[in-house]
Amino acid sequence: MDAIFLQFLNGLDKGGAYALIALGLTLVFGTLGVVNFAHGALFMLGAFCAVMLRKIFNISYERVSETEVDFLGKPLKEQIPYLKGIFGEDLGGFMLDYSVPLSIFLAVIVMGIVGFIMERGLIRHFYKRPHADQILVTFGLAIVVGELIRHYFGANPIPQAAPKAVSGSANIGYLVGLGPNVIYPWWRLVYFAFSVSIIFGVFAFLKFTTFGMVVRAGMQDRETVGLLGINIEQKFTIVFALAAIVAGVAGAMYTPILPPDYNMGMDFLVLSFVVVVVGGMGSLEGAVLAGFLLGILQSFASMQAVQNLLPGISQIIVYLVAVVVLLTLPRGLLGRKGVMED
Amino acid sequence: MDRKTNLKDWTLFLGFAAVVLCLPIILDPIGANYPDLLQKIAIFGIFAIGFNILFGLTGYLSFGHAAFIGVGSYMSLWSFKLLTMNVLPAIAFSVILAGMFAYLIGFVSLRRSGIYFSILTLAFAQMSYSLAYSVLTPITNGETGLQTRAIRTDPATSLLDGDIRIIDQALGIQEASVPTTHFFGMAMSGYTGFYFCAVLLIICFFIAQRLTNSNFGMMLKAIKSNQNRLNYTGIHTRPYLIAAFVISGMYAGLAGSLMAVTDPIAGAERMQWTASGEVVLMTILGGVGTLVGPVLGAGIIKYAEQKVSSWNEGILDSFFSFLPEGLQHFMSGLGALFVGEGWHTTLGLLFMIIVIFLPGGIMEGIRRIAAVFARKSKSNNTSAAAPQPAE
Amino acid sequence: MSAAEDIANEPGRGFDRGTANTVLHIDDVHKSFSGLHALSDVDLDVREGETHAIIGPNGAGKSTLLNVCVGRLKPDRGAVVFDGEVLTGKHPHEINQLGVARVFQTPEVFPELSVLENVMVPALSKRDGHFRLNPFKNFFGEKALRDEAENVLESVGLQAQLTDMASVMSRGDKRRLELAMGLIQHPRLLLLDEPTAGMARHDTNATIDLLKKIKEGGMTKVIIEHDMHVVFSLADRISVLAGGRIIAQGTPDEIKENPKVKEAYLGEEQV
Ligand SMILES: Nc1ncnc2c1ncn2[C@@H]1O[C@H](COP(=O)(O)OP(=O)(O)OP(=O)(O)O)[C@@H](O)[C@H]1O
Ligand SMILES: [Mg+2]
Repeated sequence: MDAIFLQFLNGLDKGGAYALIALGLTLVFGTLGVVNFAHGALFMLGAFCAVMLRKIFNISYERVSETEVDFLGKPLKEQIPYLKGIFGEDLGGFMLDYSVPLSIFLAVIVMGIVGFIMERGLIRHFYKRPHADQILVTFGLAIVVGELIRHYFGANPIPQAAPKAVSGSANIGYLVGLGPNVIYPWWRLVYFAFSVSIIFGVFAFLKFTTFGMVVRAGMQDRETVGLLGINIEQKFTIVFALAAIVAGVAGAMYTPILPPDYNMGMDFLVLSFVVVVVGGMGSLEGAVLAGFLLGILQSFASMQAVQNLLPGISQIIVYLVAVVVLLTLPRGLLGRKGVMED
Repeated sequence: MDRKTNLKDWTLFLGFAAVVLCLPIILDPIGANYPDLLQKIAIFGIFAIGFNILFGLTGYLSFGHAAFIGVGSYMSLWSFKLLTMNVLPAIAFSVILAGMFAYLIGFVSLRRSGIYFSILTLAFAQMSYSLAYSVLTPITNGETGLQTRAIRTDPATSLLDGDIRIIDQALGIQEASVPTTHFFGMAMSGYTGFYFCAVLLIICFFIAQRLTNSNFGMMLKAIKSNQNRLNYTGIHTRPYLIAAFVISGMYAGLAGSLMAVTDPIAGAERMQWTASGEVVLMTILGGVGTLVGPVLGAGIIKYAEQKVSSWNEGILDSFFSFLPEGLQHFMSGLGALFVGEGWHTTLGLLFMIIVIFLPGGIMEGIRRIAAVFARKSKSNNTSAAAPQPAE
Repeated sequence: MSAAEDIANEPGRGFDRGTANTVLHIDDVHKSFSGLHALSDVDLDVREGETHAIIGPNGAGKSTLLNVCVGRLKPDRGAVVFDGEVLTGKHPHEINQLGVARVFQTPEVFPELSVLENVMVPALSKRDGHFRLNPFKNFFGEKALRDEAENVLESVGLQAQLTDMASVMSRGDKRRLELAMGLIQHPRLLLLDEPTAGMARHDTNATIDLLKKIKEGGMTKVIIEHDMHVVFSLADRISVLAGGRIIAQGTPDEIKENPKVKEAYLGEEQV
């Protein structure tokens, strides 16, 4: 029971990441009609915003300590981040500690700009091209982005620490009355809560703002919206930038869970596409549902008992589910009629 | 009309065969005349031709063809380990097994079309890749990769570490320490290896050409053009699609087998989806749906890969040495992004440029240039009569 | 046999398969699109050898009816019987193989194939019936088939464009190509959805002449048309569809006199 509950929890944070990426993919596909194979790269870029911010915060100058000496008896040279020099010891230390959550702000700005440029410079010219062309050009872009990151940050994963206050583990079992064995890292809980609030934020934005209403109408029926005299293409840039931001912050916050490397975009992309297809192409709710579902399934499949029964299942469960769903429910779990049908 | 088409086909085929056989001479001036690269060009040419039968003719974009490469490679190695170092059985088994594998995957994936098909094939390929690293390690030898070994002396030795080669042993063939692959005594390394691959490439080209020009090929093109209409014309498209998928899978299996033939080791990284992406790039770079294009694309990519990834900043520095020093360092720093380790950046950029500016690939570019010249010579003839429009 | 036939044979739910000389029998077909009743209670008999016109205002459900016949859409209720065989529930390609060909309202050709190839595809489909894979077989070697294709193309006036890509043709030419693609199959039943829409007067007349000529050959045809000139020069019988229901049926003369038709259709036309 404890183990099952723990696996369930384990699936939530991964599921949250899948859901956030799939949400953006679906938004872009549903409104712009573009299949974006570079969406995983956006997730990865977001993760590197966190890496970057920590690097910036850590830019230091050298100071000769007045009090401490090293083992040779000479005055110790200390690395003092400029940050502490500027904001003082307390605030600077706080910022360093909280660099991952703070990187959300950097990610929003950077990803907004990246999304804007990408849509204006590239995606826009591919609205009318076949899906195969869209896949190919964004695939090429994903390779380029990944390689550039590798060039500047190296090929090895770069671990990021969560803030000290939430870096330990929570004794969830105690909290929910399941006995003391269910211990779970705080940050994963934070990530789950974060992903849920972003998802609600996006849904609320689409539901309650005029802009969101136009976008939703566009997802239903692009021609009609066009006929109403609303120039939906003008809104496309914003939609794309929004999707990029969602993917970016999802990536930035994920860094304490999975040290980012240049290849993580590709790994997540393949899985997120499977998520989108399972959820139903063009269905936002489906993307979220399938994201969590697959995250949890994957986590259960990696349990030792399951592994013993069906070796290797954790590696392929997601794809297996995709195959079964695609063959039995051609539109995915919550897919709408008429979207991408044969 | 038919006689003229026939003549054109034969000219193309003979021209292709001649170029392939003379490749060592043709590529010599650009420093590409070494067997390893030549073999790769021929092998990936076969892969791309086969891929084009599916993607170029039917328009179904598979992102999982690398799986068949893997199947072909592993099967060949097992043939080397268990039966004989002669490549003939290895190739035959690989092609057959890849075909069967393709039938299974195609049977399921072809229930859907468009992007769903792409995702399904991708899912299957990723599954194969993951399984090759996990459950199937007794067959694939996991990350180490599968290799040929000396004949085992102790039956307790795992087959992964000691071979048995039943046929060779029965024939009483003496083995030196490391056995090499051969085709009835002809070693499969160096130039003989290349010519072996080249002959197969030419045969594959011939078959692809026949297929493309046959009624069957016309049906495949009709599927790409308007599959819906084809249904109302009385054609059940599914068997055609499965046939195309299996054929292209067999081509990939052959390519995978030849990789093992020329270098008897097989690893799962050949099945990664980036490998599937590479063959897509070769095909579109050369020209989707054309016969020669995919081979051309394969040649260019493999050549560029060898060259560009062997360059480094030093070479760039000397290349830009005519520039003032500051600019020189800037340029070579910029260029470093694209060479050596950064070769994939170049690849990705190439991918984008081709899709954006030349969706028809190099063959389309050649056609356009030819058209411009044809128009020019025509307008030269008529310019005396017709006044040129003002600019 | 098929599920649809089981339903057909169920007592109480059964339907007759039409009289002896009925080729196509449409039995109580309903079809709605999320609440919109595109077809309701449609009963229609097409007799052997006749040219049956279906007319009606835009959005009346004419194309929908043909879609139900060729298997593009499944009716919510009712069935379509062709020559004693229930079509409902069959795949489009099976229906075609039974001898029902369709000419589409918006030209649906194979843009990346040449004009000749566009006609060869249905010709080969008719002749071979099912999947063939022979890498050495090419229709250029089959003179009889090619001659026939060229004849059909000549009869629709496309003999000069055999090697042109279909994608570069004008809309009117595409329509004629569509017609040729239907004719080459010598179907028992040819369904034509506005075969002359978008054609110049002169070409329309040529098409009428062509269709008249085929009529002498005895092919049964259902033709949907807005152009009354075409309808009255070709049709043996006319059914009028409005709002998804058949409101009148009869010979051209009867239809001309029918007040309901005047109100629902001809009246509107004159506005
Ligand atoms: N696939 C569909 N989904 C939803 N509604 C449809 C669909 N096909 C047709 N309709 C609707 O059904 C009604 C009948 O359409 P249909 O195309 O059969 O008319 P029609 O008589 O052929 O008209 P026209 O003369 O313009 O060709 C129309 O209101 C149309 O909007
Ligand atoms: Mg219509």
